[in-house]
Amino acid sequence: MATTAAPSVDREIIIGKPKWRPLESEGNLAMLLLLPTIALLLMFIAYPFMRGIMLSVTNSKVGVAGDFVGFENFARLLKDPIFHTVVYNTFLYTFVTTVFKLILGLWLALLLNRNFKFKRFVRAFILLPFIVPTVLACFAWKWMFDPTFSVLNWMLFKLGIIASGQGINWLGDGDLAMLSIMIVNIWRGVPFFAISLMAGLQTISPDLGEAAAIDGAKPLQRFWYITWPLLLPVTMVIVLFSVIQTFADFQIVYVMTGGGPANATHLFATYAYQLGVGTGLLSQGAAVSLAMFPLLFGIVIFQLMYIRKVETR
Amino acid sequence: MIEGAAWRRWVFFRFPVAIFLIFLLFPFYWMVITTFRPDGELYIPWYRANYKPLWTWNPTTAHLKYLFGETTFITWLWNTTFIAVVATAISLFCGVLAGYALSRLNFRGAALLGTTIFVTYLVPQTLLFIPLSEIIRTYSLGDTPWSLILTYPTFLIPFCTWLMMGFFKSVPKELEECARIDGATRWRAMLYIIIPVAVPGILSAMIFAFTLSWNEFIYALVFLSSPEQKTVPVGVISELVRGDVFFWGPLMAGALLGSIPVAIAYSFFVEQYVSGMTGAVKG
Repeated sequence: MATTAAPSVDREIIIGKPKWRPLESEGNLAMLLLLPTIALLLMFIAYPFMRGIMLSVTNSKVGVAGDFVGFENFARLLKDPIFHTVVYNTFLYTFVTTVFKLILGLWLALLLNRNFKFKRFVRAFILLPFIVPTVLACFAWKWMFDPTFSVLNWMLFKLGIIASGQGINWLGDGDLAMLSIMIVNIWRGVPFFAISLMAGLQTISPDLGEAAAIDGAKPLQRFWYITWPLLLPVTMVIVLFSVIQTFADFQIVYVMTGGGPANATHLFATYAYQLGVGTGLLSQGAAVSLAMFPLLFGIVIFQLMYIRKVETR
Repeated sequence: MIEGAAWRRWVFFRFPVAIFLIFLLFPFYWMVITTFRPDGELYIPWYRANYKPLWTWNPTTAHLKYLFGETTFITWLWNTTFIAVVATAISLFCGVLAGYALSRLNFRGAALLGTTIFVTYLVPQTLLFIPLSEIIRTYSLGDTPWSLILTYPTFLIPFCTWLMMGFFKSVPKELEECARIDGATRWRAMLYIIIPVAVPGILSAMIFAFTLSWNEFIYALVFLSSPEQKTVPVGVISELVRGDVFFWGPLMAGALLGSIPVAIAYSFFVEQYVSGMTGAVKG
């Protein structure tokens, strides 16, 4: 009997021995799951970023490797009058459009944040400007802004705002062209603000507003003292996203004006494109788009700090 | 709620909503009407008496015929679809796994990695397109769909990861613990318990990633050069604009048909799209 018992003890030991399961360790599993993401981001974000910095301190052109020139490209930018316009334009464009997108988006969100017929329908339709390809929608705008065939001029004419001899040359004049691209950017961004803010509004309990109404608060007061403070954290995050996208905008300007007339509407991205791809001055183009980085970084840090302050309040 | 008289509802609600709708949707109406309007009616200066922009009684399909006959529009549509689908699939795969790891596993450096991915989410495409075009050229990927399929995930993965992290965090930990007590490995618990629960989140990420890659422009503009490799936005701009001459009829037809696929995809998943957008903002 004793001899037959011995092997079964042995077998028990073999069964009891834990299988080798490296993925039961959270660290190992995490590494495996993150591997594809890290590999792709290293290859196509970190590496190009380094490569961009290397490019910006050489004088390379398309097909020519170039030599190390230190900060010459950046020094040239500081003296470049077009670059000064670019910096001014980008800040103006970002600031003005963000203010309008926020105001109009908030207004639209408040309008839609109630029950009415066709609500889902309206909500689905207003997002269209945000989801269709920007370039394609910009062509519709460019066609609407056409100096000779402009339907906008026709509307203003019919409304009696302009006479038939004084059509507005929307994209032909520097300041008007800037205004035009801002209108298109606002058109594209308002739906994003409205829908995101609506989602924020829905998290605010209507009881608060009703309680204030019973206490005699007017609609404007209810908005200012109850809705707005509660909405502020969400608003700040939306503004953060929008500012980054607007600051780095390319498509609208590229299609509407191509940076013209006479370089009056260039932003960082379009100027970088013109230098780096249009004229083949790779290193200078890389320097322009990299110059965006510290500015963007500063804006993001500032906004994140503000968001933290708002959220911990 | 707007209380009180009917006129108040008109002034404070219906009228502003109508103005917003006209402002936001008129360009699309303009696309449609231009697509079907004959050239003879298109090119009338706005101050002429016979300029009747809002309607046409002589609809034509000439612009559509030009678009399909004289350009490789069908190929552009196919290229865009192919690139968008593959890039979305890669990004979802990476994003779901990474989102799971970052939100539900404890390991050293999790917080740092999460922050890093959030920061890359904020890197705009226009910052890196010049060095990337160099890299694409050295890997001889230029002018192939792979140049876009491999680079689109750089902005899609951070977004998908961020969105999925939010979704995974809302799944109760007990669900996974039950499966583990019943003897499931971590891997199986993730694959069969947690990921199926997160399907709504995955759908949101999918529809959002698909529209983002369908709409991407600057990489496609810089990395592609031959007409038969182009995506719809780049093809339309390079083949239907010759110097200063704009073929407005076919251009608007191309803009319309290039917008319809995303609009259809979006119409099926409006709720998911909205929750993806707002989820990413709140995350």
